Formats: sequence, C-alpha cells, structure tokens
Amino acid sequence: MIFDYDMLKLIWWLFVGVLLIGFALTDGFDLGIGTLLPFLGRTDTERRIIINSVGPTWDGNQVWFITAGGAVFAAWPAVYAAAFSGFYIALMLVLFALFFRPVGFDYRSKVEDSRWRKAWDWGLFAGGAVPALVFGVAFGNLLQGVPFQYDDMMRPSYTGSFFGLLNPFALLAGVVSLTMLVMHGAVFLQVRTEGVVYARAKTAARIAGSIMIVAFALAGVWLYLGIEGYRVITMPLTDAMPNILGKTVERGAGAWLENYASYPLTMLAPVFGIAGAVLALMLSARDRPGTAFVFSGLSLAGVILTAGISMFPFIMPSSIRPDHSLIAWDATSSHLTLTWMFWATLLFLPIVIAYTAWVYHVMRGKVTAKMIEEKSHSVY
Amino acid sequence: MISESVVDLSRLQFAVTAMYHFLFVPLTLGLSWLLVIMESVYVMTGKEVYKDMTRFWGKLFGINFALGVTTGITMEFQFGTNWAYYSHYVGDIFGVPLAIEGLMAFFLESTFVGLFFFGWDRLSKRGHLAVTVLVAIGSNLSALWILIANGWMQNPTGAEFNYQTMRMELSSFADIFFNPVAQVKFVHTVAAGYVTGSLFVLGISAYYMLKGRDLPFARRSFAIASGFGLASILSVIVLGDESGYEIGDVQKAKLAVIEAEWETHEPPAAFTLFGFPDQERQTTDYAVKIPYALGLIATRSVDEKITGIKDIIERNEQRIRDGILAYEALLKLRTGDDSAEVKDSFERYKSDLGYGLLLKRYHPEVSGATDEQIQQAARESIPRVAPMFWVFRIMVVFGFLMLFLFGITFYYCVRRQVQQRRWILRMALYSIPLPWLAAEAGWFVAEYGRQPWAIGEVLPTHLATSTLGVGDLIFSLAGFIGFYTLLLIAELYLMFKYARLGPSSLHTGRYHYEAGGGAVLAHQPQSRQDA
Ligand code: HDD
Ligand code: HEM
Ligand code: HEM
Repeated sequence: MIFDYDMLKLIWWLFVGVLLIGFALTDGFDLGIGTLLPFLGRTDTERRIIINSVGPTWDGNQVWFITAGGAVFAAWPAVYAAAFSGFYIALMLVLFALFFRPVGFDYRSKVEDSRWRKAWDWGLFAGGAVPALVFGVAFGNLLQGVPFQYDDMMRPSYTGSFFGLLNPFALLAGVVSLTMLVMHGAVFLQVRTEGVVYARAKTAARIAGSIMIVAFALAGVWLYLGIEGYRVITMPLTDAMPNILGKTVERGAGAWLENYASYPLTMLAPVFGIAGAVLALMLSARDRPGTAFVFSGLSLAGVILTAGISMFPFIMPSSIRPDHSLIAWDATSSHLTLTWMFWATLLFLPIVIAYTAWVYHVMRGKVTAKMIEEKSHSVY
Repeated sequence: MISESVVDLSRLQFAVTAMYHFLFVPLTLGLSWLLVIMESVYVMTGKEVYKDMTRFWGKLFGINFALGVTTGITMEFQFGTNWAYYSHYVGDIFGVPLAIEGLMAFFLESTFVGLFFFGWDRLSKRGHLAVTVLVAIGSNLSALWILIANGWMQNPTGAEFNYQTMRMELSSFADIFFNPVAQVKFVHTVAAGYVTGSLFVLGISAYYMLKGRDLPFARRSFAIASGFGLASILSVIVLGDESGYEIGDVQKAKLAVIEAEWETHEPPAAFTLFGFPDQERQTTDYAVKIPYALGLIATRSVDEKITGIKDIIERNEQRIRDGILAYEALLKLRTGDDSAEVKDSFERYKSDLGYGLLLKRYHPEVSGATDEQIQQAARESIPRVAPMFWVFRIMVVFGFLMLFLFGITFYYCVRRQVQQRRWILRMALYSIPLPWLAAEAGWFVAEYGRQPWAIGEVLPTHLATSTLGVGDLIFSLAGFIGFYTLLLIAELYLMFKYARLGPSSLHTGRYHYEAGGGAVLAHQPQSRQDA
C-alpha cells in the first residue's frame, strides 16, 4: 500500500468532492434545462430543440449522480447509511421526480398527442427542479447539523421530521442550488441553440445567475452571523481505525469559518463561487456562451467546495449528539477498501472523462428547428 | 427495537422494486447483443435491411432501456434509505462492487447509448458498430458487478468482522471477485437475459410473419433470434444446474429446501419431481422421485452426501448456542474488557456471531434466551419450503419449454420451413412472457431462499433495516406502486404501438404501412433488399 490511511481518508474527501462537482457540472445543466423547459419553449418544436440539446448525453451525465452515490457507499458507508435513511422522505421525493427524466426524454416525442407531450414536459420540469432544490436543502441541513445518533450496535437513528428539513436557512441553500443549476443550464442552452430559444436562455441565465449570486452571498453572511458550526475538541489519531464514538465535539458560533482563517487559500472557493457567476453572466450577455459555460462551471465548483471546506472535517454533524457526528476521519471504510477504490477511481475516471469528451465532440453543434423537423422520427 | 412491520414492509418494497427492475434488465442484456449481431451483418454485407433491423429493434431497446435506468436508480439508493444498518455493517465490502459498477459499467453503457441513437449520421459504419458493442459490453459489465455484490450476500467470502468498528471489513478483494457463487450467478443470469432478448425478437418477428408483413425483415430477425436463443437457453439450463451445486452453508439450506429434502440420505440422492411439502410435519406428501438425479445436479457425483433439512436445523441450533457466546464476548470487548480470555472466546466463536444475532428477534438481549427461543430461531433459520419448492419448478419447466421452442424454431429455420408452420409461429408469439416469468421465479428462489439472512450467516434480515416508521414505508411504497404502475402502462403502450407498427416506424419508405397496399409490399421490398 502506497498511501497511509490518513492520507487516503483525505484523498477520499477530495474524491467525493470531485464526483459531486462532476455531477453538478454535467447532470447539473440537464437538471437546469429540465427546469427551464416549459418556460423557454413555447411551441412543440422549440421544446424539442431544448430537449435534444441534451438528448444524446443526459444519460451519461446522470451516471455522475449514481456513481457519487456508489462512491459514498464504498468510501463512507456510515454516511451513506445515516444520511440516506435520515433524509428518507426527501430522498423518496427526489427519486420519484427523477423517474420522469429517462422516460420523459425517451417517450415524450414518440406520441403525437399534445396532452401526452405537455404532461411529459411538466414531468421533465419536476425531474429537474425537485432534485436541484432538494440537494441544496440537504446541504443547508448538513451545515446546521442533523438530529441523528447511534445505539450500542452502531445503528443510526434519525429523530427529526421531514418538515424540520424545510427551515429558512436550508430553503435559502435550496434556492442557491436551484438557481445555480438553472444558470448553468441556461448557458449550456445558449451553446447549443440559436434564435428565440437562445434569446430566452440568455434572459434566463441573467435572472437565475443574479438570484444565485445574491442568495449565495446572503447564505454566507447568515452562516457567519447566525449559524453555529461544530468543532472537534479531541479525537483519536487521524490514521486510527474509524471509531465514530471516540471523539468529543462542541458547537460554537463561527466554527464553520475557522478553516478559512487557518488556510487563507481556501477563501478562493467562495470567491470563485461569486466571481465565476459574475463573469459567466457578463460573457453570456456578450454572446460568448462557450466561455461563459466554463465560468459557470467554476462557479458551481466554488459553491460546492465552499460548503465542503466550511464543514471540513465534518461530513454530517449530529445536532443532538455532537460526539456522534460523522467526520472525514471516522466515517470511512477500512484502509484496504479505500486503497482499492482509490486505484479503481484513478484508473476509470480519466477514461470516463476521455470518452465523454469524445461523445460531446461527435455531437457538437447547434440543434436547429430544421434538424428537428427533418429527423422528426429519430430524435427525441 | 425495529418493529416487525417495518421489516416486512422494507422487504416487500425491496422485492417489488427489484423484481420490477428485473422486468427491464434482461431485455437490455439480451437485445444489446442481438443489435450487435444485426449491425455486424450490416457492416459486413452492406445490406440495408440489417441496418433497418438494428434501428427498429434498437427503438424497442430504447423504450425498454429508459425504464431500466429509471428503476435502477431506485435500487442504487435503496440500500441506504431502507437498509441502513446493512449498509453500515457491510458497506466496507458491499459498496465496492457498486461503486466500480458505476465507474466501469454504467458510464460506458449510458454514455454510448446516446450515440447509438443519435450518432447514425455522425459516425462511420464501423464507428457506429463499435458504439453498439460498447453499449452491450457496458450492460454486461454492470450485470457482472451487481452479481458480484449479490453473490457476496449469498456467500460472504473475503471479509472479517472487526469488533472495534462493529462491522464487516474487506480482507481480500480477489475473494470477492472470484466468489464461485457470484461467477455462476453471472453466467446464469446474463444467459437468461440473452434468452429474453431472443424470445422477444422471435415472438414479434413471428407476429409479422403470421400477418404476412415485412417478410424479409421478419424472417432475418427470426433466424438470428432463434440461433442466438438456442445457444442461450442451452447455457441457461446447463449453467442453471451449475448454480444448484455451489456450496456454502446458506446455499446448502437453499438446496435442501428447493428439493424438500427433509432427511440426509445416503448417496445417491433422489430428485423429488413433484409433491406437497408440509413444513409442520416435515414431510413431502405424494412425492414422485427420480433416483440418482439430485446427487447429480447438486454435487456432480453419485457418492456425496446431501444434507437434509432436519440435520441443518439441528446444526444451526448448535451454532446459535455458540453464537450467544460470541455475542457475550463481543459485548465485553465493546465495553473495553479486552483480556486474553475474552479475546480467545470471541475468536473461537466469532464465525457464529451471526447465528447469535438471529436470536435478537426472539430475545433482544440474546444472552439468556430460553431453550424454546433457541429452538424456534433454529426452526426459522431456513426459508419456507413450499414456495421455494414450487417456484423453482416453475423456472425449470419454463426452461425446458423454451428449450423445446428454440430447438424446433431453429430446426425449421435451418430447413427454411418456418413460415409454413403457423403453429410454430403462434407458439413463438405466445411464449414471449415465459423468460420473464422464469427469471422472476429464479430471483425469488435466490433471494427468498436466502432468508432469514440478509448477508448469509452474518447479518439477519430483521436487523438489517433502517430505523424508520411504518408511515415512512407506507408513503414510499405507495409512491413506488403508483408511479411504477403509471410508467409500466406508458411503457407497454409504446412497446405495443411500435411492435405493431414494425419497421414502418422508421419512415424509410420501404415497409408495410408506408407505401399503400399491404399485398404489394410483402414482396416488393424483398426484391430490393435481396439484390
Ligand atoms: C443482471 C443484471 C442486473 C441486476 C441484477 C441489477 N441490475 Fe441494475 N441494471 C442492469 C443490470 C442489472 C442493466 C442491464 O445494466 C440496466 C438495466 C437496463 C438498463 O438500462 O441498464 C441497469 C440499470 C441500472 C441503473 C441505471 C444505470 C444507468 O443510468 O445507466 C442503476 C443505478 C442500477 N441498475 C442499479 C442496480 C442495483 C443497485 C441493483 C441491485 C439491487 C441492480 N441494478 C440490479
Ligand atoms: C434484479 C433482480 C433482483 C430481484 C428480482 C430480487 C428480488 C428480491 C426479493 C423477492 C427480495 C425479498 C426477499 C424476502 O424478503 O423474502 C429481495 C430482497 C433483497 N435483495 Fe434482491 N433481488 C434482485 C437483485 C438483488 C441484487 C443484485 C442485490 C444485491 C446486490 C439484492 C439485494 C437484496 C437485499 C439487500 C434485499 C433485502 C433484504 C432481504 O430481504 O434479505 N437483490 N430481492
Ligand atoms: C431449466 C433449468 C434451470 C435450472 C436447473 C435453474 C437453476 C437455478 C437455481 C438453482 C437458481 C438459484 C441460484 C441461487 O439460489 O442463488 C436459479 C436462479 C435464477 N434463474 Fe434459473 N434455472 C433454470 C432455468 C432458468 C431459466 C429458463 C431462466 C430465465 C430465462 C432462469 C433465470 C434465473 C434467474 C434470473 C435467477 C436468479 C439469479 C441467480 O441466482 O442466478 N433460470 N436458477
């Protein structure tokens, strides 16, 4: 084994971050475009243009989400267990909403009937908006701590309710994630379309991006003034065998900002979150969607990293038994599992990125009304 | 303690969603290779009809694929949402194949499936064929990894319990990968998928032939399906029999139950063809037996002993008693008493810890359980006999029916006489549901037959759930049933619509519904395509 256990634990914190960012960068714009579909497409052809702008690639993009889930299962089984069962109802809503996407994309245009098509359009809307919102709400709750604890068999139990998740700060975080993905989707639509759809996408990018910048800044201020963070007081060595119950943790105002004070370089994350979005909007307005897309991606990465860095090493703090919180040093798999998964990821992820890029290259170019009408029976 | 109803509802939900997922999986697995075959012929011969075949069956593939993906996402998250203790307890091992499946298989399959549909004009012939091959490889790799995960639940090798972290941990990746149960499962299951794909194409092509439509198209599809199907059903049956004799104690109990073999018989054991198993009295009434056959199926020999149910229960009772000692030692270790004596005791009985946990259902403290409770736990340490006995026989009967069907269609295909034999065509059409029924039956046998274990001899099912309320489960179950019903209706509607429409749905101008009168068309495209 080349890496020490504590090194691998840190690497896996980064890898999960990479997978989440990969998910936001790729599937994120699909979710955003789904959300925009009923608003930016007025006629059936316009809607088909929007759908076909992601038609060939949405399925591969969605696998980022699935793989992020699988990687959390393998690298942080305790988090996979506690978070997914704790956020049960919220996750079920996400699942039900996601059902509409594969089917919506594939089935919508296979039947001429306009009611059938409209119904699927709203299905695609829900399939985009609900997950985009809920992911943010979930992060908003993680930042405040989640009411769960362990019994002597290490069985996690969650004592909160579904409606408890919908508190103001969490909803604000939901707005951040929804608007940032909508912005990302709108910019991507600019890349792939022309004419009216392009023009409407530009407007959508401006509106969503502006809300996102304000909401993100507001959440930062709120975090500083009103949200108690968590800090580890004592714990086993970072390379020790994971022992979730072996540490002591306290809550305290400002605890979420300590990493920025200790490592000023991490300030880059929130800076990218905002500056990326501002630049993306400026470039989108100047009809430079390609570059705008890059900056909107940087903004997404910045926002996600901001959440991660604020909490590090916490992954899922417990609000009722802070000592039972899950952190990057004790929620992990064994040394051997992390090692295998490290090599598997290192081997496969670059291959995945390479062929995904090739597929985008093959399918490049604008989706036009002419194309939709000519290939009415073979495109979505 | 988790209430029994939460456990039952969680099991029901997993069973419903998994069986539903497996309505779409086998068709993806089989059809993807059939597409590869058809497209390869197109690339080699350049005949347009093979391209049309690839595109038309590809359309049906897509309709099915969409639901395969939809229902698969449910499966991926359900371990965490509904089986949280399971995920916590074995995630160190179990998460690995799931994560690798995503990285290695789902990405491949899902990224290239888009190009399969949208890339016809943008890729060279060979380029497109390569894409189709990658989709097929991706779907089969996904089956490989998920069955490695599933095989590990049946026969958990390569892992050790760690009392400090209170969970199972990986000790050998190779043992997980080369788990013999996983290997036979993979072969049997993907072959079952190939049978499904073949019968689907065979049956629908037979329908066109019965209607006298698009004959050149239908005949070629029929021939490919019958050849591929025959090879596949042979593999399923030969390799199905292979899954029978895979050892491991959980599998032994399963085998005894499938056969309703109450007593340990001296070799060679007979196979019970038919009968009525009675769990209370531990006998099988009206049994019809074939001498020697079970020994052959189960152990590939006539001189090895097959353990009967009564002996398995007796042995499990002893293991439960040892499990209590393991559990007591574990509690001491957890409270910090790691004296040599405690450690020794734990090491000695550790392999029976799971059996100790079985008792939690009857006596939550485990230690101090009464003899009666121990005996009850032992009696219930094997799955119920009657459903296993019957459902297994359904799979086998359907298997042989399909062997007959593919045998006969292949024979007449080779002799070029299928079209005159309408009864064969009708039989092919009406047999379309058989592979699905057999596959669902197979999963029932494999999964129900694992009970009461979630992870064989390691973690009982009734401990494995999440800490949820009954209301949570009713909400989710109602949602799954409601949405899945709607989706199934939409899927079947489109499937029937396009299957009836046939290759005319491609709008190439060459097929039945496109150029007016049907009669002309039956031979008109033929001359063009056969040229
Ligand atoms: C033997 C094969 C097999 C089995 C037992 C399962 N699956 Fe499956 N799964 C497939 C074979 C497959 C497939 C053939 O690869 C699918 C089906 C249709 C499809 O589109 O891909 C698929 C799709 C699929 C997807 C969507 C992937 C995508 O977007 O491409 C997920 C997340 C899962 N599955 C997860 C699971 C889980 C967690 C299972 C276990 C409980 C499971 N599957 C059982
Ligand atoms: C797609 C094909 C599958 C089908 C049709 C299927 C069917 C079932 C059924 C009927 C049950 C309920 C058993 C019972 O409680 O009586 C079940 C339970 C379960 N299966 Fe499967 N299964 C499939 C694949 C898998 C795979 C591949 C895995 C693991 C990788 C798996 C893991 C489980 C788990 C964790 C449970 C719940 C715990 C339990 O009841 O033991 N299943 N499945
Ligand atoms: C005719 C002879 C057949 C025999 C002897 C046979 C045998 C078996 C056995 C013993 C199992 C249980 C494996 C376990 O407990 O883990 C099984 C499972 C299964 N069978 Fe069959 N089978 C036959 C035919 C079929 C057919 C025709 C199909 C479908 C087309 C099928 C599909 C399945 C599936 C999907 C499973 C569950 C996955 C697995 O455990 O491998 N089988 N089969």
